[in-house]
Amino acid sequence: MTVFVSRDKINSGFTAKVQRLADQNLMACYQCGKCSAGCPMAAYMDIPPNQMIRLAQLGMEDELLSCEAIWLCVSCMTCNMRCPKGVRIAELIESMRQIKLRTRQDHLQVENISEADLRAIPPIALIGSMRKFTS
Amino acid sequence: MKLSYFPGCTLKNHARNFEDSTLYAMDRLGVEVVELDRWNCCGTVYSLSADDLMRQVAPIRNLLRTRERGDSQLMTGCSMCFNTLKRANHRARANAEDLARMNDFMYDEPVDYAGDVDVLHVLEVVRDQIGFDAIRERVVKPLEGLRVACYYGCMLVRPNEAAIDDAENPRVLEDLITVLGGEPVDFSHKTECCGAHQTVDKPEIVADKTYEILGAAKAQGADTVAVSCPLCAFNLDHRQETTLKIHADFHTMPVVYFSQLMAIALGGSESVLRLDLHHTPLGPLLVGKGLL
Ligand code: SF4
Ligand code: SF4
Ligand code: SF4
Ligand code: SF4
Repeated sequence: MTVFVSRDKINSGFTAKVQRLADQNLMACYQCGKCSAGCPMAAYMDIPPNQMIRLAQLGMEDELLSCEAIWLCVSCMTCNMRCPKGVRIAELIESMRQIKLRTRQDHLQVENISEADLRAIPPIALIGSMRKFTS
Repeated sequence: MKLSYFPGCTLKNHARNFEDSTLYAMDRLGVEVVELDRWNCCGTVYSLSADDLMRQVAPIRNLLRTRERGDSQLMTGCSMCFNTLKRANHRARANAEDLARMNDFMYDEPVDYAGDVDVLHVLEVVRDQIGFDAIRERVVKPLEGLRVACYYGCMLVRPNEAAIDDAENPRVLEDLITVLGGEPVDFSHKTECCGAHQTVDKPEIVADKTYEILGAAKAQGADTVAVSCPLCAFNLDHRQETTLKIHADFHTMPVVYFSQLMAIALGGSESVLRLDLHHTPLGPLLVGKGLL
């Protein structure tokens, strides 16, 4: 992916907002890639976790808020446990989802889940999915 | 021993096999389990946002209910409930200001929560309070010849503040299986996530994970995979149907709750196992091993 870095984006406030919602310091990341190496969802992501962190450092709001990867992360905490810098990647990705959800841009349309699925899938999965994907 | 108990909603329907077998095993081990009489859903997932204290209120209310009973320990079997309750409790204990704000939200509660309830997983009670020696003495039907891959998933071992064992190589389930007379196998995928809630709108991802996880268990000669979370159970068991459609070389494998293995070894009858709730049948394996 080619991205263009600009002072405007870096100073847009997006980076600060993500850090505030996650209570994390994005700048601690030194791009070792360990988070992506162990991520169970990385193979399905359009942007792997370490690159999400790099883009967030640079204020790349459009790229991040329109990617699939923020919705693929399942908060399994593997990355958090392994990051040598103590960065809580899962919290940072959650904050990007929250920026979408807090403006009512839901990822899951509950009305599209079939009757059969609603019956077959246990509450632990349905509620988890609604908590993660709806406002 | 008497313990307050939080079942969580899934153990009351789809995972009745988990609850019935847990209650049977606890009873056999002399633990009196008292279900909270006014529990509410813990919210399923722990809220990760720094400012979202409102969503910590649901798990904390269950800890208040425990306090009301005059108890200071709350036991749960669902790994996911355990993780959510334990992390909310950790946040309340580690941050007095957060706790004060949570209490402000709960204006209808007669007393404030003071951070004085411990959240325990059934496996911790088994290991640390009952003890493996006491369990060994009560085994009446050893799980002889049963090769078990122990699957922890995420919620028992991550993050640190919720972990009941080593994050990369936990042993508690293997130790339990050994005490019950079974054979735990080495299992590379014991803490690899199964895809969790992606099962709702991306079941094909969960099917890939199930293929990898059960494939790794099969490669070690396991007969079954033991779990402690109803979501892991649904993904690894019920999603085998989708897995078969995507991966033609997939071999199905029965999935079992660790509590069902306890119930069998401690002399439980078939009725506490609720085998009707399994997708890939568990009964034939148990019959084949002379356990049913
Ligand atoms: S593991 Fe930590 S330091 Fe390494 S790339 Fe990921 S966030 Fe950055
Ligand atoms: S928490 Fe998310 S990003 Fe981190 S390893 Fe798990 S799925 Fe990947
Ligand atoms: S985590 Fe699930 S099973 Fe546990 S109480 Fe909440 S929704 Fe129910
Ligand atoms: S493996 Fe999946 S369902 Fe099981 S605890 Fe992890 S996230 Fe939950």
